[in-house]
Amino acid sequence: MDFNLTKTEQLFLQMIRAFADKEVKPLAAEVDEHERFPEETVAKMAKTGLMGIPVPTQYGGAGGNNLLYSIAVEELSRVCATTGVILSAHTSLCMAPILENGTEEQRQKYLPKLASGEWIGAFGLTEPNAGTDAATQQTTAVKEGDGWTLNGSKIFITNAGYAHVYVIFAMTDKSLGNKGISTFIVERGTPGFSIGKKEQKLGIRGSATCELIFENCRIPADNLLGKEGKGFGIAMKTLDGGRIGIASQALGIAQGALDETVRYTKERKQFGKSIAAFQNTQFQLADLKTKIEASRLLVRAAAWKKDQGLPYSADAAMCKLFAAETAMEMTTKAVQFHGGYGYTREYPVERMMRDAKITEIYEGTSEVQRMVIASQLLK
Amino acid sequence: MNIVVCIKQVPDTTEIKINPATGTLIRDGVPSIMNPDDKGGLELALTLKDAFGAHVTVITMGPPQADSMLREAFAMGADRAILLTDRAFAGADTLATSHALAAALKKLPFDLIIAGRQAIDGDTAQVGPQIAELLDLPQITYVVDVQFDGKKTLTVKKETEEGYQLLSVDMPCLFTALASGYAARYMSVNGIVTAYDRQVEILTAADIQADPATLGLKGSPTRVKKSFTKGAKEAGELFEVDAETAADLIFSKLQEKFII
Repeated sequence: MDFNLTKTEQLFLQMIRAFADKEVKPLAAEVDEHERFPEETVAKMAKTGLMGIPVPTQYGGAGGNNLLYSIAVEELSRVCATTGVILSAHTSLCMAPILENGTEEQRQKYLPKLASGEWIGAFGLTEPNAGTDAATQQTTAVKEGDGWTLNGSKIFITNAGYAHVYVIFAMTDKSLGNKGISTFIVERGTPGFSIGKKEQKLGIRGSATCELIFENCRIPADNLLGKEGKGFGIAMKTLDGGRIGIASQALGIAQGALDETVRYTKERKQFGKSIAAFQNTQFQLADLKTKIEASRLLVRAAAWKKDQGLPYSADAAMCKLFAAETAMEMTTKAVQFHGGYGYTREYPVERMMRDAKITEIYEGTSEVQRMVIASQLLK
Repeated sequence: MNIVVCIKQVPDTTEIKINPATGTLIRDGVPSIMNPDDKGGLELALTLKDAFGAHVTVITMGPPQADSMLREAFAMGADRAILLTDRAFAGADTLATSHALAAALKKLPFDLIIAGRQAIDGDTAQVGPQIAELLDLPQITYVVDVQFDGKKTLTVKKETEEGYQLLSVDMPCLFTALASGYAARYMSVNGIVTAYDRQVEILTAADIQADPATLGLKGSPTRVKKSFTKGAKEAGELFEVDAETAADLIFSKLQEKFII
């Protein structure tokens, strides 16, 4: 068993770390402060090939894998969790289901523009009354003539407004519950499809999170993704992959907060010595470092399993659960170590603590991850 | 257009710390990087490639570990990579290095050779000009911008201490480039993914048919007498006075030190 990154992975890490530090970090505070979607960063990511990391070259992607993608989300989130989730939603929640479930025509039509970053992707499952309980959703798709008519709304949609392609879930037969859900590809600008209210959030404030509204939105029959009635399975499988992305984001946030805390505790002097010299600091940092390393091993193992074609659903749930809770603990303690300064926007740990919270909530709450893990354990 | 870029792997001197007890450099664990001016030179070459469709070769003389830097060059967009490596090259100063590189370059097709201005581990700025002399090529140093007429003439902006010079030159020729002139692009993801599937060509002393007396320690007239760490300067004295008093003050200080 080899725990070292391969030479290719090391080269990738060298690139993405420099990119994060030079292109992303300088904007992070301002993007958060003004709730601004960093379009210029997305353009730079596109130029470098970061918007299509795990997409095969035949569909215009970089021909990489999920491990490289995970490292990218981690490194971006180390300095800016907003940028991390933009990439994660685009890759895991939009390109992945099209790649995994799309027809050859759908792949050829959508993936090259998504993977090149010319288009951004999004995913719409959640509704006001259908969060974890996806079967209660009320958006409907009715087959009419040579197409489908969508009605309803989606909420909390990452990249909404900036995305060109949306993977949307809707009920095609309410009487069948989960088995009545189907998946569709909806393009920006389709008549009857509009972007609603933009959310004001605690963290990841630069990522656009909006409502999607469908009012007699007509889409072609060809835009059904996968088979009719198979949407629930597509959603669950997509979220399994997405959890690796969010776990990578949480890991990056935690690492970023640890880096800031190590620097600060070495510089900050109280009672004539640096606060890093106190055993309380040392023991707490040792525990946090251990949890971050454990998170990293879980995240990379889950990504590796996905790349190997092995079952990874429980692994994805475990890495997200552990990394998200570690991120929350690490960032909360980072603020504590920074004292009064940590509570201000003069230091980035305040932002990191706000950003960390969402990783325990979206793409399945920590409670849902425990359900997934337990159901696999006890089946 | 065939462009060959000479690059060197160097310790990242910004990461080097000094042992406070001995005053010596701590080199352990210091990452190796592509020399910044050389990276600027590669970017210059890739910019010309993007605009005019050049073929870009990178060449380095160094130990086998330099392979990772050549992979980085592939991932940035280089078409061909050559590693000049042999025990016969060991101990080379700038002259012996230039002899080896010039001998290898004679074997390659080129219209333009680009070297970085200087390496951050030695700061001599000698290798580029020496190669030009050995190959009898016109050279322009400290290049920060290049325009191409699409045929054989390059118009070059050269940085000097006073400002800039605009020069034009016909190929074949040699430039030394500045990192400040060309901000290097990031490696592309696909370039990284395929970098280790590609072939780095290895050339030895026998392959380049150079006179053995010009290579390695044997071909190096430079002798290092002593290495030492420069002591830190003391903080200067600060005077807040008007211009006339300042002039008198400077004059008397210079006299005091027997400078004037």
